[in-house]
Amino acid sequence: MQMLGKHLLSAGDLDRAQALMILDTTAELATVTERSVKKLPTLRGRTVVNLFFEDSTRTRLSFELAAKRLSADVITFSAKGSSVSKGESLKDTALTLEAMGADAVIVRHGASGAPYRLATAGWIDGSVINAGDGTHEHPTQALLDAYTLRSHICGGQGDLQGVHVVIVGDVLHSRVARSNVLLLHTLGAEVTLVAPPTLIPLGVESWPCSVSYHLDDALMQADAVMMLRVQAERMAGSYFPSTLEYSRLYGLDAPRLELLKDRAIVMHPGPMNRGLEISADVADSSRAVIVEQVANGVNVRMACLYLLLGGAGSQAGGD
Amino acid sequence: MVFLSSARVVLDQADISRAVRRISHEIVENSRGSDDLIILGIPTRGVPLARRIAETVAQIEGHPVPCGAIDVTLYRDDLPLREVRALEPTDIPAQGIDGCTVVLVDDVLYSGRTIRAALDAVHDLGRPAIVRLAVMIDRGHRELPIRPDFIGKNLPTAKDETVRVRFVEVDGVDDVMIDSESVGDADAG
Repeated sequence: MQMLGKHLLSAGDLDRAQALMILDTTAELATVTERSVKKLPTLRGRTVVNLFFEDSTRTRLSFELAAKRLSADVITFSAKGSSVSKGESLKDTALTLEAMGADAVIVRHGASGAPYRLATAGWIDGSVINAGDGTHEHPTQALLDAYTLRSHICGGQGDLQGVHVVIVGDVLHSRVARSNVLLLHTLGAEVTLVAPPTLIPLGVESWPCSVSYHLDDALMQADAVMMLRVQAERMAGSYFPSTLEYSRLYGLDAPRLELLKDRAIVMHPGPMNRGLEISADVADSSRAVIVEQVANGVNVRMACLYLLLGGAGSQAGGD
Repeated sequence: MVFLSSARVVLDQADISRAVRRISHEIVENSRGSDDLIILGIPTRGVPLARRIAETVAQIEGHPVPCGAIDVTLYRDDLPLREVRALEPTDIPAQGIDGCTVVLVDDVLYSGRTIRAALDAVHDLGRPAIVRLAVMIDRGHRELPIRPDFIGKNLPTAKDETVRVRFVEVDGVDDVMIDSESVGDADAG
């Protein structure tokens, strides 16, 4: 059986069978989350390090909870308040973690490619999981989105063949969008990106998706619409004239919600800018599955940790 | 059906169905008609066996008997020694197992390690009043202090022999074979 490799760096590295394996494992692990004892002995004695160079609430807590539910020992490392603020390099931080015997390092970093560097530079022996690197990728977010889509639209089984997903907003700065495009395409879904031209990345024509500048047209065909956060912290220049104009053209509000098909769902990776890309009444509507995405995130990350660390592969070392 | 030169059939379809009937009667006798009986099969082949036993017990008792599956992969003690495995479905009857008599069902009892894992899994699901164990084949060589309550057939084996239980639901045929070729022989496949 084709299992995962040693690391999880990009949603594009997963083939269809591997992606389905993760989703099926997630479905089994979701039953654990429903019972009163939410703990499994599976990763006893393994050490998982959360290495977060960028701020995060959801992803960090989600990975921490996932690792703890599998009985791994978890160390969480935030760049703030650590030696990184004294100027320690990624390499020296990695060597420190290696000396402490980390079996897996879950890394979030502002620089695209940092997890790849960590996985391939030979500094550490353990598995590396990308928890978001710069504007590059965030594979576990794409997996939890695929899982959420599958449970709402495909009855919780199989792939996403024929499902139409519209991803709206700040695609340029979004690692979530990039990972989702790659993974959803692998699973057979059709993806349309909608954004102002200034927020569409160069080279998007090589991505396996279509691009539109008109939200209303795209919404009518969507089975799911995924709103992206406007990442003001990454915007050095000016990408749109005003937040009001952005909100009018690309924000999801109650009148636009009416354009969607009856059973279409609204997703958002969080954190939300209520009133900018999504209005408060849409975010709290029955169409929104945003809180469910968070719950699914824990289960998806348990599945990834189990598949990467649960067997002999990770202990045998090497690559 | 392909017979390997050294493989021999120990139980055929009729033997298996007689064994299921006997085990079911023993479970009824043992549980004194209690109505909080739950039969849980251990994947893969414990699940169809559990279902057959539950159906037979239901016929004897005249009321349905809840039946489910309990995957023990995440509780195994040999996880770090093998390649990672896919999880099988766990399906616990909605009313839960608290205070019930749980009968764990597996096809072959060998080292006892799977049953140890199953006991841990049951412990995490609730607190049954009694846990019992039913197996189609007890082939010996226990590595843990575990013993079955209901046995289809005691089958003394050597450690280098392989016991294969096949059920129609999984394999398209009902039988139990013992293969005396040493494990790892190239012809065994």
